Amino acid sequence: MSLDDIKETFFAECADQMAELETGLHEIQSSGPDIDTVNAVFRAVHSIKGGAGAFGFAALVSFAHVFENALDVIRNDLNQVNEDRMDLLLRSVDVLSDVIEAERTGSEPDDTSGLANDLETAFGLAEAAEDADDGDDALADFAPVMIDLADLGVAGTPAGGSFHISFAPHASLYLKGHDPLRFFRELADLGTLSVTCDTTDLPKLSELSPDESYLKWQIDLETESAREDIEAIFDWVDGECALSIEETGAPAADDGASLDAFLQSLDESDGGIADIDDFGRDPEMEPADAANPVADLIGSLEAADIGAPARQVEEQADAGNSDDGSEDAGARAGKKEVKKASQTIRVESEKVDRLINLMGELVINQAMLAERIGQAGFGNASPAALALVELQNLTREIQSGVMAIRAQPVKPVFMRMSRIIREVCSATGKKAMLELEGEHTEVDTTVIEGLIDPLTHMIRNAVDHGIEDPEKRQAKGKPTHGTVKLSAYHSSGRIVIEIKDDGAGINRERVLSKAIEKGIVARDAKLSDDDIDNLIFAPGFSTAETITDVSGRGVGMDVVRQSIQALGGRVNISSEPGHGSLFSMSLPLTLAVLDGMIVKEAGQTLVLPVSAVLETATLKPGDVYTIGKNNRVVKMRNQLIPIIDVGRQLGFADKRTDFTKGTIMVVEGGKNGMGAFLVDSIEGQQQVVIKSLESNYKRVPSIAAATILGNGQIALILDCDHIVSHQASDPDTAVIQSMAG
Amino acid sequence: MLKKILTVDDSRTMREMLRHTLSGAGFEVVTAEDGADGIEKLRESQPDVVITDINMPVMDGFEFIEKVRKSEEYNRVPILVLTTESAPEKKQRAQSAGATGWIVKPFDPEKLTRAVNRVMP
Repeated sequence: MSLDDIKETFFAECADQMAELETGLHEIQSSGPDIDTVNAVFRAVHSIKGGAGAFGFAALVSFAHVFENALDVIRNDLNQVNEDRMDLLLRSVDVLSDVIEAERTGSEPDDTSGLANDLETAFGLAEAAEDADDGDDALADFAPVMIDLADLGVAGTPAGGSFHISFAPHASLYLKGHDPLRFFRELADLGTLSVTCDTTDLPKLSELSPDESYLKWQIDLETESAREDIEAIFDWVDGECALSIEETGAPAADDGASLDAFLQSLDESDGGIADIDDFGRDPEMEPADAANPVADLIGSLEAADIGAPARQVEEQADAGNSDDGSEDAGARAGKKEVKKASQTIRVESEKVDRLINLMGELVINQAMLAERIGQAGFGNASPAALALVELQNLTREIQSGVMAIRAQPVKPVFMRMSRIIREVCSATGKKAMLELEGEHTEVDTTVIEGLIDPLTHMIRNAVDHGIEDPEKRQAKGKPTHGTVKLSAYHSSGRIVIEIKDDGAGINRERVLSKAIEKGIVARDAKLSDDDIDNLIFAPGFSTAETITDVSGRGVGMDVVRQSIQALGGRVNISSEPGHGSLFSMSLPLTLAVLDGMIVKEAGQTLVLPVSAVLETATLKPGDVYTIGKNNRVVKMRNQLIPIIDVGRQLGFADKRTDFTKGTIMVVEGGKNGMGAFLVDSIEGQQQVVIKSLESNYKRVPSIAAATILGNGQIALILDCDHIVSHQASDPDTAVIQSMAG
Repeated sequence: MLKKILTVDDSRTMREMLRHTLSGAGFEVVTAEDGADGIEKLRESQPDVVITDINMPVMDGFEFIEKVRKSEEYNRVPILVLTTESAPEKKQRAQSAGATGWIVKPFDPEKLTRAVNRVMP
């Protein structure tokens, strides 16, 4: 793994941390601070800072540092949370995310010092900032230790002299994994060393305790290094030993002394009791065991004495168990670990895409197999046909399994919207809160990706045009904070996402007059309230002059509708003046496979999404009425539904003369109402794999995609919404021709 | 046989960085995601040196070090603390928990290797 890969990991992890951070702060905002959430939030920023430091992202480190300090204030005292501070923290999330993005793309990050100052002021970090400087000093303080180490090999300044060092480790030094020998080795690197081991405190064997420290050392060092270099070696054992370093000035008495001599002395001092060599190790090569000579000694004696190393192992095992069992924290940690085991694995999306493609091929293949079995004349009850049914069931299960891999909760997208709301609020001076519902609802990742832009625009719109100014809200007796509620749920194989605001609702009078002014509707048109509300989606309705800075960005609601339709979705609005609006969009759960109704029309095989078909009926002569010159409707369940002559509408069939034959399929076309699609016959229903046409043919009106049927034939999947909404206009005769070309 | 190092850090980036640096320096590297995971991995892999972060979920570095020091089997393993926190009281706490040494993030690969070698048995 290269550093670039790790950098990629870092940014991927940043995204996770940002999500964690945003979720956490949101939680704190809505249900008050609790220490676990605050800790998680703190950790997220802390991790980002840590990683950023590793890659030298200075701007990111410095802002994350202030952010972290602010969170630390809350971490230390949960009562420190207040509304202004929360606002600042949430703004910091946005800025942090911008800085991360800037570092990722290698662009210059925006200046964050303004917000950093605000944070420092609001959280009383002015003092802490000084502390932080101290911290940096401490870091600098610390850093020389490392640099000195680096200097060791280079053998430093001519500041040296002779030193007498007296070194008496406390028992705690051994307990922290230190090995006295290592200090001698490092000292030996500084110059000429003479070490004497003082064993006078060593008690009789019977009184010897493995937990005590008995040995002391007197060291004479002649070196060119400075005193600090010597102190640095003992830096990590500050407080773990009695240490004195005296500059004697004069050359050390024992010139020939060396590490070897010391090792010998150590050997000698131990020699009478136990030989290190007994452990089968060369003391010079593996001096480790000298770290705990006493403990090792006792261990070996016990082993020899009782001759039961097995028992020792047992004890250790027991100790291990009781360690975990007796302590609450341990048990808790253990439980969490079990939970973690079933968490997640990371898979490249490419691999999943491949699986999905193969899945599609399997579905096609299965359809072909079904076709062959039919052609071979096997009956429905034949073993071959039954086996096919099994296969179909399995395929379906595998398919939903594969789809589940790609399914993601909408939460990350929803969380993003809270930022949008904050941005719009700060730009407009309005106050609004985001409320989430069903954010764990899952949908295919491609759908999620396509959702971001339209959702962003609708949220902006909801705050900018929907929510009133705080004063106005107050005057109306509403809470000053507006609420935008974002919810998601599954409904008959689709995901429905709703954006509900408690603002002013749509000003129908203004919408209508603007629509008339723009020539979108006729001056004398009679429109229902619903129709007027939906005018905001009409192409050309929103123009630059009607859009504020916030909602602007050159996109109108018609583009929002288009992008949702491109995902196979539809969008609706309903509004209650004075009480707010509800945007509701419904999208397919996946963009890979759909349940299709296979129909024949004028020799062509077409596919309609089953989810769009409300009912089917055979046309009877008395059901058809002609309205006006050429418009035919069918009366079904006391409702008049316009008949859409599909072949004619798509331009590949001549105008139908006989409206008494054929099959009617009542299709739901979003807010455009319903249409009765007239076709020759229904062939059946099957799962079809969606093959996009856009990459080869661009977007073809009225056609959503294509698919391959069991017999290998290619069939077009109809875009029902588009057909229903364009039924009145002239049939687009170019459709089929352009595709043939 | 390669000397084995256990790194305990909740950040994937840091784990990969440490693995990259240390295996480049000729060590075998085992990674754990938090203190609790660290205890488990310690038992499984019996490392020569442990490097741990402080601020981690489930079980933080202090608790992890204390647990290791309390265990019968591995209480003598050198433990280096690798943390962004440079506050003296944190250092103090790490030391009293039983840390052998500490390194402040961001780490220089060479310094890290040297620090590891400094405590390597």
